[in-house]
Amino acid sequence: MTIETKPQVDTRKPVEYTDARLNANVPAGPIEQKWSKHKFEMKLVNPANRRKHTIIVVGTGLAGGAAAATLGEQGYNVKAFCYQDSARRAHSIAAQGGINAAKNYRNDGDSVQRLFYDTIKGGDFRAREANVHRLAELSVNIIDQCVSQGVPFAREYAGYLDNRSFGGAQVSRTFYARGQTGQQLLLGAYSALSRQVAAGTVELNERTEMLDIIIIDGRARGIVTRDMVTGEIESHLGDAVILATGGYSNVYYLSTNAMGCNITAAWRAHKRGAFFANPCYTQIHPTCIPVSGDHQSKLTLMSESLRNDGRVWVPKKAADTRTPDTIPEDERDYFLERRYPSYGNLAPRDIASRAAKIVCDEGLGVGPGGLGVYLDFSAAMKRLGENTVRARYGNLFDMYERITGENPYKIPMRIYPAVHYTMGGLWVDYNLMSTIPGMFVGGEANFSDHGANRLGASALMQGLADGYFVLPSTIGNYIATGGYSTIDPSHPAVTEAVGAVKERIQQFLSINGTRSVDSFHRELGNIMWEYCGMSRTEEGLKKALTLLPALREQFWSDVRVLGSGTELNQELEKAGRVADFIELGELMVRDALERAESCGGHFREESQTEEGEALRNDDEYCYVAAWEHFGTPSQAVLHREQLQFESIKLATRSYK
Amino acid sequence: MKITVNVWRQKGAQASGRLVKYQVDHVSPDMSFLEMLDILNQQLIAKNEEPVAFDHDCREGICGSCGVMINGLAHGGRLATTTCQLHMRSFKDGDVITVEPWRAKAFPVLKDLIVDRGAFDRIIQSGGYISAATGSAPEANSTPIPKENADLAFDAAQCIGCGACVAACPNASAMLFTAAKVSHLGLLPQGQPERKSRVFNMVATMDAAGFGGCTNIGECSAACPKEIGLHFIGRLNRDLLSATLSGGTTAD
Repeated sequence: MTIETKPQVDTRKPVEYTDARLNANVPAGPIEQKWSKHKFEMKLVNPANRRKHTIIVVGTGLAGGAAAATLGEQGYNVKAFCYQDSARRAHSIAAQGGINAAKNYRNDGDSVQRLFYDTIKGGDFRAREANVHRLAELSVNIIDQCVSQGVPFAREYAGYLDNRSFGGAQVSRTFYARGQTGQQLLLGAYSALSRQVAAGTVELNERTEMLDIIIIDGRARGIVTRDMVTGEIESHLGDAVILATGGYSNVYYLSTNAMGCNITAAWRAHKRGAFFANPCYTQIHPTCIPVSGDHQSKLTLMSESLRNDGRVWVPKKAADTRTPDTIPEDERDYFLERRYPSYGNLAPRDIASRAAKIVCDEGLGVGPGGLGVYLDFSAAMKRLGENTVRARYGNLFDMYERITGENPYKIPMRIYPAVHYTMGGLWVDYNLMSTIPGMFVGGEANFSDHGANRLGASALMQGLADGYFVLPSTIGNYIATGGYSTIDPSHPAVTEAVGAVKERIQQFLSINGTRSVDSFHRELGNIMWEYCGMSRTEEGLKKALTLLPALREQFWSDVRVLGSGTELNQELEKAGRVADFIELGELMVRDALERAESCGGHFREESQTEEGEALRNDDEYCYVAAWEHFGTPSQAVLHREQLQFESIKLATRSYK
Repeated sequence: MKITVNVWRQKGAQASGRLVKYQVDHVSPDMSFLEMLDILNQQLIAKNEEPVAFDHDCREGICGSCGVMINGLAHGGRLATTTCQLHMRSFKDGDVITVEPWRAKAFPVLKDLIVDRGAFDRIIQSGGYISAATGSAPEANSTPIPKENADLAFDAAQCIGCGACVAACPNASAMLFTAAKVSHLGLLPQGQPERKSRVFNMVATMDAAGFGGCTNIGECSAACPKEIGLHFIGRLNRDLLSATLSGGTTAD
C-alpha cells in the first residue's frame, strides 16, 4: 500500500487575498524551517517587563488551560475565565482515545513529515500547510511536556510508552491513557494552571461567561463577562485576548459535546469584526451510541480506538430480525473492510460515517428505526481473549452497558454517527491571531489545522500545541511590538460593550413568550441535522435558509426566560447561547451552499464520484472561506484565502 | 413510568431551602436521571415556575460537574456511576425519589442542587502538581516507569473531582480526593522532588477548608464513580508520616 495516490494536475494559483486582513503571515522559507526561523525572528518581552502585561484567556480546556499556565510561568499577568465551576471540567476532559505524536517509538516509518502529510490528507487538502507542519513538529514536545507533568500514559512492561493506531494513519503514533486520555491531559494542564494560581500569576474566574469583546483603537483590549452566580456584569481589560472556547457542535442540539459548550464568545467576537472561517466543516463521528428517544439530551461517543479491534457490519438482508450472533458470516456485510480494504475499520471518520449512513439509507441498519450498525468484538475476543479486550476497552464497554443496558461482551455494540467536532472556527493567521489585532484564537475555536476533516487523536495534539507552544511565543511577539497604553475602565468602548450586554439580557427576560429555550434549540438542531448534516444538497440548504431566519424571529418574540438577571439563572445562560447558535446556523448553511464541492466532512450530494466518494473541486474551491459579519448572517460577506501547497501535491484522498 | 420526586429548592446561598414534591409523567427507562430532571424543568417552565438548578455538563461521566444525593446516596448508589450515567431503568413506576444537593460545610449550597466545590481547587493549588514549566521537559522515554506503577498512578489519577466522596462521608472528609492526587503524583518518578511538601500542604489546605477528619469508614470509595480505592488513603497517611518523621515543614 502506498500513501501517495493519483496526483492531479497542479492547480496552484498565485497568492490572492480578497482582503488585506486575510494575509496569513506565513514565514518565507522551506516548510520545515518556517517555525524555527519565525521563533528567532519574533520579538521578545523582557522577563522583568512581562508582569506589566495582562493577557486575558477565555476557556480553560487544553488550549486555554495550557496557554494560561505557560504565560503565567513566563511571568505575564494572566486572567483566565471558564463557565464551568472548575477549570478542570472543560470539555477536553471527555476526549477518550489518544493524542498523536511523531515520536516513531514503534520504528514503523513515522516521522514529522508523515504526520504532517497524514493530517493534510486527512483534512482533504483544505488546511493551511505551514500551520499543519508546525503542529507535526510540536507533537513530540507535547508528549515530553505531559510526561514530565505526571500524565500517566499507558506503558509497556519495560516501562516505555505504549502506542496504538487511529483512523487515517498506517503507523502507531497515538499515545493514550486508557480511554481517558483527554481527562489526563487536561488534568495535567489544570495542575500547571493551579500552580500558577498559587504563584499569583494567574487569576482564575470560574462560573464566569464571556459575553462580549472590547475593542479600542482597532485592537482587542478586553472582555465583558457575566458572573453566573451573582449575575454581575463586569469588564476585564488587558493587552491581548485569547479565545480558547471550543467548538460549536451543539448547534445541532444533539452532539457529543458537553451541554454547556457554546459559540457565544466566538460569535460575539465575529460580530465585532473577527472573520469566521469554514463554518460548514463539521465532523460526524462514526462510533456513537444511537439515539434512544425524544428525551435524548446528548449523544455519547465510543472511542475511535474501538475500531482497532472491533469490526463494523450490517446484515446483508434488509430488515433482518435475527439476533446478530445467529447471522452467519456470509450473510454479514463488513462494509468498511469491503469498501476500503487497505484501511478497513480504521478508515477516517468522515468516510466511515458516510459509509454507515449509506447502508442505513439502504434499509440495512439495525436497532430502533434502523439507525445503527454493529461494532463487533467477537473476533477480537476469540483472537485475544476477553481479558485483553477488557484491559484495552473495559471502561468504554462499561459505559456502553450503563447507557444501553446491553452487555457488549455478549452482544455487538450498536453505533451510529453523531456530530462530534467542528473544524471551522474563527479565522487566524500563522500567529493564531484573528482579524481583530490582539485577539488570538486557539484549539477547536480556530479553523487552522484540520482542513475539512480532523483525524482521530489530533484535537488534543492541536489544543496543546497551540496552548503550550504557539500562543506563548506569538503573544510575546505581539506584546513586544505593541507598546499599548493602559485603558481607562470608563472608556466609551467599555461602557458601550457593557451596556450592550446588559440590554441583551434585559431583552431575553422581557419577552415573556410561550416556548422554552430548549424547544427552540431542538428545532434548530433538527433543521441543521436534516439540511446541513452528514450530506447536503443545494435544495435542502436553500430550504434551511428560509427556516432559520423564521426561527430566529420566533425566538426573539416568543421565548420564555423566567427568573432575573441578578441570580444564578441557567435558562438565561442557555437563551444567550441558543440565540447565537441560531445565527451561526444560518452562516453555516450559507457556507455549505457556497462550497459546491465535497471535501472531508462537507459532503455535497451534487459533487461525488461514481463510487459515492467525496469529489473535490480544486480549481474553484481550494480556499479558506472567511466570513465577515454585517448586520445579520444573510448579509455576511465572503472573503477567500487561497490555499498554497508548496511542499505537497494535491491528490485525490483515497483510503481504498 | 410515573415518578414522584422530592427536590431540594433553595433560592440562593443565603436563603433557607425545603423539599418540594413534583410528579413527572412519561418517564422512559432509557432516560438518564438528568434527562428526567430536564423533563421536570420543561414542565415547570410551562407552568411559569422556575426550573430546578443543577450542575451538569458532559453527561458522560467524566467532567465531574453533576452529582446529587438520590434517596440519601451520592450519585444514587449504583456502582461506578455518576448521576448523569444513572438511567431511569434503575427505578420503577411509582417510585418516590428524594433529590438533594451534596451536604458538607466545605461545599456551601449556591442554589437548589448546586454547591460550591471551590475548596477542591484550592487543595490542588496548594500542591497537586509537578512543577514542570513548559519547555523544561526531557525526552519522554528517558525515564521508564514500571507498568504497575504507571497503572496504579492512573487508577488514582482518574478522580473526576465530583465531590461524591465528601458527600457520602459521615464526617464530610476530603481524604479520598486528596489521597488520590497525592498518590497519583507520588507513584511517579517525576513526582518525587515535591513529594513531602505536597502532602503537607495539601492536607493543611484540606483541613483549613472545613472538611472533616477521616475515620476509615470507606463510604467515600463505595460512592466514588471512578472506584478510587481506600488504599490510597493509606498511601497518603504513610507519605504524611514519613514526611513528618524526616522533619519536613508545611512551608517551603
